[in-house]
Amino acid sequence: MTLLDVKNLKVSYKTYRGILKVLDGINLRIEKGEKIGIIGESGAGKTTTVKAIMRTLPNNAIIEEGEILFNGRDLLRMDEKTFNLIRRRKFAMIFQDPTASLNPVFKVGQQLVDILKYSKEENRDYDELKEEILQAFKEVMLPDPERVFNSYPFQLSGGMRQRVCIAIALATAQELLIADEPTTNLDVTIQDQILRLIKDLVNKKNLSVILISHALGAVRSMVDRVYVMYEGTIVESAKADELFKRPKHPYTVALLRSVPRLTGGGVSQGIKGEMPDYLHPPQGCRFHPRCDYRRDICASKRPPATHIGDHCEVFCHLFSSY
Amino acid sequence: MITVEHLKRYFKTSLGTVRAVDDISFEVNEEETFGLVGESGSGKSTTGHVIVGLYEPTAGRILYKGDDISIPLEKRPLKYKKEIQMVFQDPRSSLNPRKTVREIIEFPIKVHFKHLSYKDRENKVRELLESVGLPPEEFMGKFPRELGGGESQLVAIARALASQPSFIILDEPTSALDVSAQAKIINILQKLQKDNKLSYLFITHDLSLMRNVADKIAIMYLGKICEVAPVSRFFYNPLHPYTKMLLSSVHPLTDEEERMKPKGIKSIGEIPSPMNPPSGCRFRTRCPFSMDICSEIEPRFVESESEHIVACHLYDK
Repeated sequence: MTLLDVKNLKVSYKTYRGILKVLDGINLRIEKGEKIGIIGESGAGKTTTVKAIMRTLPNNAIIEEGEILFNGRDLLRMDEKTFNLIRRRKFAMIFQDPTASLNPVFKVGQQLVDILKYSKEENRDYDELKEEILQAFKEVMLPDPERVFNSYPFQLSGGMRQRVCIAIALATAQELLIADEPTTNLDVTIQDQILRLIKDLVNKKNLSVILISHALGAVRSMVDRVYVMYEGTIVESAKADELFKRPKHPYTVALLRSVPRLTGGGVSQGIKGEMPDYLHPPQGCRFHPRCDYRRDICASKRPPATHIGDHCEVFCHLFSSY
Repeated sequence: MITVEHLKRYFKTSLGTVRAVDDISFEVNEEETFGLVGESGSGKSTTGHVIVGLYEPTAGRILYKGDDISIPLEKRPLKYKKEIQMVFQDPRSSLNPRKTVREIIEFPIKVHFKHLSYKDRENKVRELLESVGLPPEEFMGKFPRELGGGESQLVAIARALASQPSFIILDEPTSALDVSAQAKIINILQKLQKDNKLSYLFITHDLSLMRNVADKIAIMYLGKICEVAPVSRFFYNPLHPYTKMLLSSVHPLTDEEERMKPKGIKSIGEIPSPMNPPSGCRFRTRCPFSMDICSEIEPRFVESESEHIVACHLYDK
């Protein structure tokens, strides 16, 4: 059953330089209990996509077109009150920087009690809520939950702060968890611990997950299906295994080749050129100015979706003849 | 080229002494890339800062081609400052926002090559920008805020090259960048190394990257070095439990790499405070193989094969 269905989403930002056409027709689908990943370079529009889903886009953003269906209801055309209820009861989000997502002047415990209070329907008293939070702290393996509960965010290490954010996200999330670069600021060993933790708890609660990351290896080990984004468009989507073994779109191929391997073999040249400005995005396929395989058609016509196998979709003219 | 002998650097704070670097020794040879790997708080950046002269060592010596350079920076002769340069992690904060790219790169030329005329300096800036792959016409007049992340790091590299050094400390030069930008910068660094016969001290926490750029690797944990080895041996036969933990924490892209990860060890715990490190072996609080002896005696370095040394009681027979 489809939980979330993003259809032809187009988002622009109004700036003093002009209109930035960021998202250009994004289509995403998440089944119940499915874990998907969104990968791509910074500036590809990954965060804008999830911000649109959470309706936390900044004021200068314009949603030009598209719908976001959650259990069949369009989130974008819902009134604020109804949406707020859905957001706080069904969704949860883990941000990249745990320091910025916790309020520095309140104790961790107080903040979490408030969040938890508004995320559930029934009214509960403080002790009950505290008990649930301490339980959540234990689940994320925070040492000495009672002390963490009574600490200010600055008294905790980066790894512990991120665990706090994960604890509350998992305590409140009922259907969808969005993790936006949850481990980018952390050390490798802590990163591994946090990812394993998220994976275990998500499986236990049978949540749907959107994981955004440019740590490609982390995405590979965490999710079922991957979307590759480039310059505000989705260029490829496939099962995680398939995508990392047999990438199809020229951009995905080049991106994966840029990652240094443990087995050695040197570092590739990277993708030539830079991601173009959103002020004047390229016509046709947005990747064509940097693509080694471009043909005339690429500069004029948007590549249509080509289905290869059951779960693989590529947006590239190289494949559209199939 | 560079020899570090029993280097220590402590910081006094109101809460106690932080032993950021605590008795480390290593050597970097000519035209070699020496990788220094560790988590945040392991003292790897402090080591770089001490070598370049931003901090004075608390104890120990640093030798450049046999000459002792562990003197306070203001007394350090200009010729050593010229030879040792540094590229920092965050290019946005290491470039002066009020100066143009041209002024940024020109400054070290002014300091180290006083006899050059205005025209000569300009030509040199052009050459340097070209050598890092930035078209001079386009970039000379730009300010740092107009540059992308990768481009600013390339400017920082050009500035480090301006004094014609023989040794460059690269402190996580690509960790703030995307993989594609990272690949480009690494390629340029490797080319520059060949062309100018440079030695690098490459500080990073990314083991996969280290596998592809370093000749020799040292692993640091809480101010100490726990394992040093040539790169090939290091990845196929890691010895120290901490090295194994680091390797097992990598999330690779292929099954082939997956098979290289050590079995039977998982990352647990966090790095303790360098204010009061654990007694004996500093890693023992997170080590799955910890024994009684580990809390009592600090492990010494043993050579397991040639050039592969490890500080762990498991290998000290």
